Amino acid sequence: MVRQASAGPDNITHKKRKRRFGSDNWELTILGLPVVAWFFLFSYLPMFGIIIAFKRYRPVGANFFDSLWKSDWVGFENFLFLFRSPDAAIIFRNTILYNAVFITLGISVAVTLAIMISMLYSQVLAKVTQTMIFLPHFLSWVVVGYFVFSFLSTDRGLVNNLLISMGRQPVQWYIDTAPWPYFLIFINLWKGMGYSMVVYLASIAGIDISLYEAAAIDGAKKWQQVKHITLPMLKPIITIMFILAVGRIFMSDFGLFYFVPRNSGPLFNVTQTVDVYVYNALFRLNNIGMAAASGFTQSIAGFITIVSANYIVRKLTPENSLF
Amino acid sequence: MTTQRDRKQMEGFHKNNRIPVPVNVIFSCVFIFLAAICVLPLIFVIIISLSTEESIQRIGYSFFPQGWTGFAYEYVMNSSETVGRAFLVSIGVTVTGTIFGLMMNSSMGYVLSRASFKLKKHYTMIIFIPMLFSGGLVASYMVITQFLGLTNTYGALILPIGVTPFYIIILRTFFQTTVPDSIIESVKVDGGNQFLIFFRIVLPISLPALATIGLFLSFAYWNDWFMALLYIRSTHMQMYPLQYVLISIERNMDFLLRNAEFFGAAMDGGARLPAEAVRMALVVIAVLPIACSYPFFQRYFISGLTIGAVKG
Repeated sequence: MVRQASAGPDNITHKKRKRRFGSDNWELTILGLPVVAWFFLFSYLPMFGIIIAFKRYRPVGANFFDSLWKSDWVGFENFLFLFRSPDAAIIFRNTILYNAVFITLGISVAVTLAIMISMLYSQVLAKVTQTMIFLPHFLSWVVVGYFVFSFLSTDRGLVNNLLISMGRQPVQWYIDTAPWPYFLIFINLWKGMGYSMVVYLASIAGIDISLYEAAAIDGAKKWQQVKHITLPMLKPIITIMFILAVGRIFMSDFGLFYFVPRNSGPLFNVTQTVDVYVYNALFRLNNIGMAAASGFTQSIAGFITIVSANYIVRKLTPENSLF
Repeated sequence: MTTQRDRKQMEGFHKNNRIPVPVNVIFSCVFIFLAAICVLPLIFVIIISLSTEESIQRIGYSFFPQGWTGFAYEYVMNSSETVGRAFLVSIGVTVTGTIFGLMMNSSMGYVLSRASFKLKKHYTMIIFIPMLFSGGLVASYMVITQFLGLTNTYGALILPIGVTPFYIIILRTFFQTTVPDSIIESVKVDGGNQFLIFFRIVLPISLPALATIGLFLSFAYWNDWFMALLYIRSTHMQMYPLQYVLISIERNMDFLLRNAEFFGAAMDGGARLPAEAVRMALVVIAVLPIACSYPFFQRYFISGLTIGAVKG
C-alpha cells in the first residue's frame, strides 16, 4: 500500500535543479511534523516501552520511562510465568482459531453475497438491502453487546421467552460455554458483512462489462461467467483482504470478546483472547508482567505473520502484494 | 458513439444475460432476510425502551409488550446532569476529534503526496512501521498515563485515536490524483509557500476526500468507548461519553441514580426506576444519530474504502 513511484521524471529534474534542502522541503517537513510527533508519542514510545515485558516493573521513578529504567531486568521470567499457566494455550488457541474461522467465512460469505447482490434484477432492492446490511458496521461493540443481551438475557431475553413458551427449560446463556463459539462467529459475521460486501461490490462494479458480453455471446451461463470472469477479477482484492486479515491473526477485537459475552467468567475458556487477557491481567489482576509478556508475544507474532504473509504473496503473485 | 438503437439492443442483451427469474426471486428473498436480521435488533431495542416496566417484569423483553410508555425517554431527558452531560461530552469529543484528525491526517497526506519532497521516504517509513508493529496495550497505557499524564483528560479521549496510517494513505492518494501539480507550481511562482498552498488551495478543492475521512473520524469518535474505559476513572463521571455510560450502567446503575432529585419526585408511591427501559433508551440515543445519518453518507464511506483498497 505504501510502495512509491519514486523516480518520476519530475523528481529527477528537481534533484538536478536544487541540491540543497530548499525552502519548499523545509515547509513540507514542518507541515508533516505534528504527525511525526504524534507517531513518536503514541506509536514509537510504546514500542520502546515494550521492554517492560523483560522487567519487573515498579512505579519507582518520576515517569514511566524513568521507572522502566530503574526496574529490575528479569529476563524471560514473565514469559515463563505466562507459558506455564494454562491460560497461555487457551488465549492463543482462541485468538488464532476464531480468526481462522472469521477469515475463511468472512471472505467466502462476503464474496458470495456481493456477487449475488450484483445480479439482482431490482437495483432499488439491491441498494436498500445493502444499506440495511451495512448498519451493524456503524454500531459500537457496546451497543451490539446490548443487542445480544436483549436476546440472551437469562430472565428476560427473547430466546428464553420463546423456549419457555414452547415448554422448554430456559438456558443460562452467559454461563453455558457450548454455543458461544457459534454466537461469536455469527455476531462477527453479522457486524462485518456489510463492510466486506461493499469492498467486493466496488471491485465487481469495476469489471469491464464487455467481458460478460463476450462470454454470453460464446454461450457461457451466468455461473460460468462468475467462475471464469468475476472470481478471477476479484482475486487481487481478495488477496489483499486476506493478507491484511492473516497479518492480524494474533489480534482480536476486544469489544467482541469482552462486551458481547459481558466478560463472564464461566465463559473464559471459549471467549478469552489475547487482548481480553491482557486487559484483564492489567486491570483486574494488576499483573503487569503477565499482561506485558502476552502483549509482547502478540506483537512479535503479529509482525512475523504480516511480513511472511506478504512475502508469500509476493513470491506467488507480485502484483497482489501489499508492500 | 452509441446510437439509440444500439443502446436498445444492449439493454435487450443485458436482459438476456441475467440470472433466471426463479433464481432472482430466491436471491431477493435471501437479501430481504439478511437485511431484516441486520435491522431487527435495533428495532427490538427501540421497542424495549418504549415498554412499560410492568410489561418487562411480567413477560420479559418482547416485540409485543403489554404496555407502551415514553417514560424512559422522559426520565433520560430530565437527567441533564448525567445523560445530557454525557451526550454533550460525546458531541464535543466527536467535533474536536474530527477537526483534529482531519488537520493531522490531511497535512501528512499532502506532504507525502508531493513527489519532490526529499524526506518523503523517511516520512513514509514513519507511518508505515506502526502498521506492522505496535507496542501493545500495556506499553501504550503506561506511556499515556504515566508519561504523557493524560489520565482523566479529554486529550485521552481525542489524541490517541486521531491519526491512522490508513486515513493518511487515502488522503495522499486523493491529493496525488486530484490536485494538479500545475496549480501548486503556479502558486509557488507567485511566491506562495507550502502552508498557503495547503490551507488555501489544496484543502478547499479536496472537500470530497475530507468529507469521507471526516465521516470515518466522526463515527469512530462517536462510537469510541475504549479510551474512556482505559483513561477516565470513576471519580470523573462528568467526563464520561455516552458509549462509556452504557458500559458503566451495565456494571451498575449508580450513574443514573446520581440523578436522585428527579428520581424522588417522579417515583413517589414506591415505583422503581424503570432501569431496563432506561438502559435501552440510552442505547437508542447512542445509536440513532448514526443509524439515521449513515444511509445518506454511505457513498462517502464507499468512496473512501475503494480509494483505500487501491495500492498507492
